Formats: sequence, structure tokens, C-alpha cells
Amino acid sequence: MIELLTIFVLAVFVGFEVVSKVSTILHTPLMSGANAIHGVILVGAILITGQADDTLTLVLGLLAVFLATVNVVGGFVVTDRMLEMFKGHKR
Amino acid sequence: MTWVQLAYLAAALCFILALKGLSTPRYARLGNLVGAAGMALAVVTSYTTIERNGLLILVAVVAGTAAGIPAARQVKMTAVPQMVALFNGVGGAAAALVALTEFLEGHDAGVLFAVATVLTVLIGSVSFSGSVVTFLKLQEVMTTRPVLLPAGQLLGIGVAVVSALLAIFVLVSDSNLLLVLLALAGLALGVLFVLPVGGADVPIAISLLNAFTGLAVAASGYVLGNTLLIVAGTLVGASGTILTRLMAQAMGRPLTNILFGAFKATPPSA
Repeated sequence: MIELLTIFVLAVFVGFEVVSKVSTILHTPLMSGANAIHGVILVGAILITGQADDTLTLVLGLLAVFLATVNVVGGFVVTDRMLEMFKGHKR
Repeated sequence: MTWVQLAYLAAALCFILALKGLSTPRYARLGNLVGAAGMALAVVTSYTTIERNGLLILVAVVAGTAAGIPAARQVKMTAVPQMVALFNGVGGAAAALVALTEFLEGHDAGVLFAVATVLTVLIGSVSFSGSVVTFLKLQEVMTTRPVLLPAGQLLGIGVAVVSALLAIFVLVSDSNLLLVLLALAGLALGVLFVLPVGGADVPIAISLLNAFTGLAVAASGYVLGNTLLIVAGTLVGASGTILTRLMAQAMGRPLTNILFGAFKATPPSA
């Protein structure tokens, strides 16, 4: 459990560091990109559904897989669209 | 199983590089692609380790992709913030469902496991319902102005207290029913939290709920004992918190207005 706590604390500091100098115009795309990254819950949803052995947990697990996939796919695609628009404005 | 752990580590690094890239205009788009590549690696890796239900999972992933891509591609640029809110909400719901399902499948892993489960379900539910309300506000299905319920302040405190009590009861009793009730209390809390937020503050609230979902994902990582979920969830939770503060500063809005809007008697003057 201490290992997990160590990882958690270190990740907090990395999270603080990587975004501390973000420019204002990138606030929304960064939020959207981070939003896509927490879609990694899809990994958890797949693992949990992959061991489900009764109907209830299977249905709940599959629902989680579906929702998490929407989060991941939608998140990355919409972020890319935002950044595409920024590029157009600059040139 | 070492290569599975290594693949997860590579994915975690991709996520860090993605956030770093997204912070600088020049590398933002590349950063997003690196993040997507890391995600693909993580998902494929986890898929190779499962014991059963592989085909059904594949169907659910395909269905989610079929729903997510058109939603993200066809949404008007002006409607993007509410779409992000919606994607954030479904992520929170997924986290709550994962913890709930793991709890239903059996729970003899001790107190820390139960605490992580309770946190995931509660924060995930708050994030889901809160995001849905911000979506409805920005989509102008409901008013974008702050909605102040009569005695909303008391109601907010009341539901928060009930949630805390339910959380403690779940820890003591291991009851499935109480965990479901906690999820419902979390949904109510999310609605009460976002209702009083209005106008220009809504995007900041979305950013905060985004950080919440990150924390829920990190907590679910404890539930499943999965380091990738802990790292990625924590990264989003921490960077999301900083980002929320930066956004509030850039707009000249004190963060406390948004954080404690639900618990304030007077309407914010904006």
C-alpha cells in the first residue's frame, strides 16, 4: 500500500509541474486533453468486466466500458479539433 | 506479466508528455496525439490480460467509439465546452460503476480498499451529475443564470452530511445497498453544487469537475490495485486543480465563488 501512496504523491507533483506554465489560450484544449486522459478508466472497466461472472456485474461492467470509451474517443477527437482551429487562426 | 507493467509505464509516460505538450502552443497537437497513442497502448494491453467476456467488451468499445466520434466531429465549435462537460461526466460515471462493480463482486480486501471504493463512487457520481447540469446550462436547455433554491444552502449541507454518514456506514457494514444509496446522494450533491454556478463561471466549474473525475479514477486505481489508473488519475486531478485556479485567475473570478456557491446565501453578483 505504501508503494501506491508513493506513486500517488509523486504523480501529484508531476501533475502540478507539467501544467504550471500553460498559456491562457491553451486553457480549454488542455482541460479537454486532460479530460480524455482520465478516460483511462476504460482500462479499469475492461479489467473488471473481464472477470465478471454474473449478469449484474457483467451489465454494469459493459456499461462502464461503453461510457469510458465515449470519454476517451470523444475527448481526444474534440481536443484535436480545437487545436486544428488554433492553427488556422495563427497562419 | 512484467511486459504488462512495462506497457502501463510507457502509457503513463505518454500521458505526462501529452499534458506537457498541451501546455505549449507549438507541441499541443502532437501532445494530444501522444496521449491518444498511450491510451491505445494501455487499452490493448489490458484487453490481452482478461479471462472472459472478450467479445462483449469489444462490442461495448465499438459502440462507445461509434457514439463518441460523431459527437466530437459534428458538434459546432461554439458547443464544444458542453460536449467536453458531457465526456467528463460519462468518465465520472464509468469510474463510479467500476468501483461499484468491484464491490459487488466481492470485498474482503480491507479498510483501505473500502475507503477507496467509497471515494470513487461518491466523487464519480458528483462529477457525472454536475457535468450533466453544466451541459444543460451551456446547451441552454435550462437557464445559464445561477439557480438559487430556497434553502439551497441548508439542502447542500444536509446532503453533504448524509453522504458522509452513508460513506461511514458503508465502511462499517460492507452493505451493497448503502453503496448504491451513496451513489444517489453523490448525484444529488453534484446537482446542488453546480446549480448556483452561472454564466462565465460555468467553464471553471467544468474544469473543477474534470479534476474531480481524475481523482475518482485515481481512487479506482487503489480499488483495482492498478498503478496506471493511479498515475493517470492523479495527473489529471493535480493538473486539473492547478488549471482550474489559473482559469479563475485569468477571468478575474475568485475560486471560492464557485467552490462554495452552493453554500452561500447571497447570489453572486455577475
